[in-house]
Amino acid sequence: MTNRYRLSLAHFTVAVLAFFGGACMAVMQALSRANLPLPLRSAKIYYLSMTAHGVLMALVFTTFFIMGLGYVFARTTLGHDRVNERVGWVSFWIALGGTLLTAGAILSGSSTVLYTFYPPLQAHPTFYIGAALLVVGSWVWCWIMIQSYRSWRREHADEAIPLAMHGMLATVIVWILATVGIAIEVVVMLIPWSLGITRTIDPVLARTFFWWFGHPLVYFWLLPAYAVWYAVLPHVAGGKLFSDRLARVVFVLFILFSTPVGLHHQFSDPGISASWKLVHTFATFTILFPSLLTAFTIIASLEVAGRMRGGKGLFGWIGSLPWGNPLVSCVILAMVTFAVGGWGGAINAAYGMNAMVHNTAWVQGHFHLTVGTASALTFMGTSYWLLPRLTGRALFFKPAAQVQPYLWVIGMVLFGIVNHVTGLMGMPRRIYDPSYAGSLVAAGWAEWTTISAVGGVIVFVSAMMYVLVMVGTVLWGDRVEAPAIEYARPLEPEEPLPSVWDRVGMWTVVAAALVVIAYAYPILSLISMERFGSPGFKPF
Amino acid sequence: MKVHVYEKFWMWLSGGLIVAFVAAIVSTSVVQAVQPPSHIETIDPTTIRTDPRFSTPGVTTAADGSQQVVVVSQMFAFVPMEIRVTAGRPVTFRLTSTDVLHGFQIVRSNANSMVVPGYVSQFTVTFDEPGEYLIVCNEFCGLGHHIMQGKLIVEEAGGGV
Repeated sequence: MTNRYRLSLAHFTVAVLAFFGGACMAVMQALSRANLPLPLRSAKIYYLSMTAHGVLMALVFTTFFIMGLGYVFARTTLGHDRVNERVGWVSFWIALGGTLLTAGAILSGSSTVLYTFYPPLQAHPTFYIGAALLVVGSWVWCWIMIQSYRSWRREHADEAIPLAMHGMLATVIVWILATVGIAIEVVVMLIPWSLGITRTIDPVLARTFFWWFGHPLVYFWLLPAYAVWYAVLPHVAGGKLFSDRLARVVFVLFILFSTPVGLHHQFSDPGISASWKLVHTFATFTILFPSLLTAFTIIASLEVAGRMRGGKGLFGWIGSLPWGNPLVSCVILAMVTFAVGGWGGAINAAYGMNAMVHNTAWVQGHFHLTVGTASALTFMGTSYWLLPRLTGRALFFKPAAQVQPYLWVIGMVLFGIVNHVTGLMGMPRRIYDPSYAGSLVAAGWAEWTTISAVGGVIVFVSAMMYVLVMVGTVLWGDRVEAPAIEYARPLEPEEPLPSVWDRVGMWTVVAAALVVIAYAYPILSLISMERFGSPGFKPF
Repeated sequence: MKVHVYEKFWMWLSGGLIVAFVAAIVSTSVVQAVQPPSHIETIDPTTIRTDPRFSTPGVTTAADGSQQVVVVSQMFAFVPMEIRVTAGRPVTFRLTSTDVLHGFQIVRSNANSMVVPGYVSQFTVTFDEPGEYLIVCNEFCGLGHHIMQGKLIVEEAGGGV
């Protein structure tokens, strides 16, 4: 019998390989930033590897992992025969082909434009074409997710959407709304310009389309993690979900407010009026709300679990949680780290305070705690939970899986906090050498960057333990009967009924209208100005 | 829809917190005019050296004591490299780029703006503390990004540092 999860496993394989590559690049950068003498250390390799690290981690690892997880959720909650596997393989090969094109362009040294690829830095055309194909592959996946859901809905008109799938559908919708922006930037602007069909490009317009995509991208990373927190974690921890209904409210709020926020990444851009930046600030702060709700519901669900396991007293339930279960420890640590990273995010988004931190090391400190820990660590925990269930093999070298999440958080906290501090001290992000020709101010950053390098090495050790467990389980894990994939039950005894929060189609229309309101005027006023485009530059 | 009483409390608390954040932002932006640099002006990046707005980079002081600093950013330097201004008086920076994106950040101050070819960035800062400040480029601009730096010297009013 062929494994019914082959498609998901193929996606997870690409994700883990990309993660491995990205982690190797990362440790090199952390050491380089601390100005340690490494063999082959050069600015060219540093910036090239930073481009590769960003693309492999933020775009390839996440996208492939989420697509693989989407198939698992759809099969197990909607029914195995609802997923169109053949189209799924088409999507997989398109996305993989695109990834290889882009990776080739980066490694050849012709596309050191970092993962934000702001023009007029100009990469090789295959860099952009590969990225476009990765997105096209993911769109086919979106179509499969929606088709699977619609087929289920036709036969289950009077049931609430299974919660894991509700979260995955929110992910799909956020991704579709977001990728409209990047598709316009890449297909209409960057590809013709890199091929020489158009001569010049407007950098502010390109950045506006990029950030239309770039901010909801973070919710594309976060929502599948939330789906695991709500729909899987309470069950694995031995309890129940505190509130099924509020989980759905949370996912709908993300559908609505994830996208009309991108201008908060362009606070210090010329050419865009301050008042529209303020409008996007409002939407950005609105989206704090569902995350605050999530913090409550998940902690309450963990308390339910702790008490069901016999925990007593005000805090006694914390000790009775299964801390040795790698999914549980990964998610709890991810949540605690996210609480810190989220506050940093509120500061980034604060219209007036942003100038203190814009493009400083603070920014990389922030997103290594958020996507780099809240999402990534949840995905690692999810793979420890899923792999035995998908392959029928026990985790290989389980102690590594149990220790790894703690190491990850220790390393990331060292790295993240230090970068927040040096950022406030004025150290820019994305620099090969922080010494600034012996500047005294810059010398004050040096002792800190050494600590962040130590953090980076700890994270790297943790990353290698994760890769070892993944590869080891698939190749050498003991064959066992695959445990069932089960989801959390709500605390309320009655089955959840379909409600307005299940009407994803309607919410999608509202969300699209919000995107139009947020972007129509700023983009129209940009393109109606007299503007002077830029030719491409390749200073790498 | 049944919502637990503690959860209701939490929702009101969260909502209140967000309203407080937004109120702080709106009030400082309206009352104290705290706004991100959002100047709207375009320029042809290929003719910067002959454009009268940027052909003579440097500091000029108006009769009322306010100062204007014109800076051209290019791979991998700011022109001029050294800027001298007077403490306690508003300084308006005007910046553009001849090539790729750059950042203009005066370390330990609120001056932090993108510099974009085709556009003019403009913002006003007052430096109260005399002394020497490091200026860095904080947007990746190529292999020399980390060597792109400048110096701001803030002198006490009445001469001397």
